[in-house]
Amino acid sequence: MTTATYSPTTTARREASRPREFSDFAWTAANAEQVTVILARYPETRRHSAIMPLLWLAQEQMGATTGSSWLPVPVIEYVAGQIGMPYMRAYEVATFYTMYNLKPIGRYLVQVCGTTPCMLRGSDDLLKACKDKGLVKGGTTDDKLFTLSEVECLGACANAPMVQINADNYEDLDYTSMTALLDALARGETPKTGSAIGRQASCPEGGPTSLLETAGA
Amino acid sequence: MLEDKDRIFTNLYGFQPWGLEAARKRGDWADTKELMAGGPDAIIDVMKASGLRGRGGAGFPTGMKWSFMPKEPKPGRPSYLVINADESEPGSCKDREIIRHDPHKLIEGALIAGFAMRASAAYIYVRGEYVREAETLFAAVAEAYAAGLVGRNACGTGYDFDVFVHRGAGAYICGEETAMLESLEGKKGQPRLKPPFPAGAGLYGNPTTVNNVESIAVAPTILRRGAAWFAAIGRPKNEGTKLFQISGHVNKPCVVEDAMSVPFRELIDTHCGGIRGGWDNLLAVIPGGSSVPLVPAHQIIDCPMDFDALKDLKSGLGTAAIIVMDKSTDVVRAIARLSYFYKHESCGQCTPCREGTGWMWRVMERLVTGEAEYHEIDLLLEVTTEIEGHTICALGDAAAWPIQGLIRHFRPEVEARIAKRKGFVQVPAMLQAAE
Repeated sequence: MTTATYSPTTTARREASRPREFSDFAWTAANAEQVTVILARYPETRRHSAIMPLLWLAQEQMGATTGSSWLPVPVIEYVAGQIGMPYMRAYEVATFYTMYNLKPIGRYLVQVCGTTPCMLRGSDDLLKACKDKGLVKGGTTDDKLFTLSEVECLGACANAPMVQINADNYEDLDYTSMTALLDALARGETPKTGSAIGRQASCPEGGPTSLLETAGA
Repeated sequence: MLEDKDRIFTNLYGFQPWGLEAARKRGDWADTKELMAGGPDAIIDVMKASGLRGRGGAGFPTGMKWSFMPKEPKPGRPSYLVINADESEPGSCKDREIIRHDPHKLIEGALIAGFAMRASAAYIYVRGEYVREAETLFAAVAEAYAAGLVGRNACGTGYDFDVFVHRGAGAYICGEETAMLESLEGKKGQPRLKPPFPAGAGLYGNPTTVNNVESIAVAPTILRRGAAWFAAIGRPKNEGTKLFQISGHVNKPCVVEDAMSVPFRELIDTHCGGIRGGWDNLLAVIPGGSSVPLVPAHQIIDCPMDFDALKDLKSGLGTAAIIVMDKSTDVVRAIARLSYFYKHESCGQCTPCREGTGWMWRVMERLVTGEAEYHEIDLLLEVTTEIEGHTICALGDAAAWPIQGLIRHFRPEVEARIAKRKGFVQVPAMLQAAE
């Protein structure tokens, strides 16, 4: 396993994200199997390619075991060590890609898409709904339930405005349905994913204008 | 309007299951072995004759791209096909529909394209945010392996071909082909200098072709129905069908497959129930995803939606992600939000882009409120030209073009805000395009 080295000038953030209790991180049995599957996707001499899926797997495991999907430094070290990658290379990857959380987050990561197509359809209202529920951009609620972030285009523009909460999309929202969604999650319910107005995927509202024979068949 | 019998993506909305059995009923994997029987060059010839241009935005002829790959891979240097499903361009949401509702079209296309370019494996790079979509794709690939359609002796052709799915983790820049290769190698997604081009030295230094999901997924149908069928749809040099993604201020936003070169008005009226508030309420349209300049209403209404017609309007078809803005839109803010997007997504490698995108965004934010001087409009325009063309990849260009489009068509609106802020003149609500 590769040992990490730290520059004395940049310890503040590192130390904050380095609680001792995660230094004994190890794969669960199921995930250890998953690691083998992931490594098999890449040529044997190119194990570094697996860093992204492995970091993701580790983050998911953190979410399942601690309730907060994030990557403390010891976890990144563990993953890097597994594929013989210097810690700093893995850390570079973890900081470059936005989906790796380097700080603890709440149980639900509420990602409101704020890019122009969603903005045109009213993403401001969704952010207001979040604000009115006490969510602050970039922050986690005191009960550790919600973390809010405004994200860039999530690729569901025909169903704008939308949010992604953990792995699921909630689409065609407005202020009311967004508020209801947050309420339902807070009550511990599992809200219906997809369109809030009952659309089938990205089909025009009210029914398809093409593929009429196969639709509903 | 395109007829249903000519549509390729027959399960676009997911009314039917995505699985192998349902896909076979839709005609996928029906005679893959026969399609491959003529050999790689025959496939490439059909693709060339079909006129298919890459669906990822640049519009490069797909058949020609495949033909750049080495005819005989050297030992120890396998060729790769990388399929770009890192769909992150604001406005684009077509690959998602293919992956979650018609994944077998993509996997079959991967085999055929990979065979045509003599590749040993395909990597499908799915954007990280498409968590559920990737789950479907993983499952579909597993189905294909279990049925012997890919893997060793794929479809009984004697050809060995692997298909792997790789997930990204939230970086727009990985949609750039060389950044995608870097990312696949386990690094930060920072674009490489070209040359060498990926066809010479791509993934792991081996010959690689990067194609968009839609370009690959339409290939099997083109081979089945013939190049002439595909080429008969759309205008010359803009042949075929296309997934249009319409978002913004239309009555019914949707993703729909229609013929290339369909006039804008017909597309919107047929599938989207018209513009919100009627056609007189249309302000401007971004016709190809955030990276292309906007086009004012009067220019686009009767424009055929294809590569060349939109190029003539100094814009582009891009991914055919059509963002519609009606007259209630704060058009300066809409473009400023795109500037923020590019600031956020710049990989930080080239100075003009890393520094310039942030600078442009800050000026744009001031133009939204009018807190600026008149000369700053020209200064901003000049800076966009200093960024455009001076970076390794096209993100710098993409950040510059929306701003150039805004100033080209809506300069009076921008100036009016400055004037209003200064209190010089009483400005009537004048949100209209400059002629």
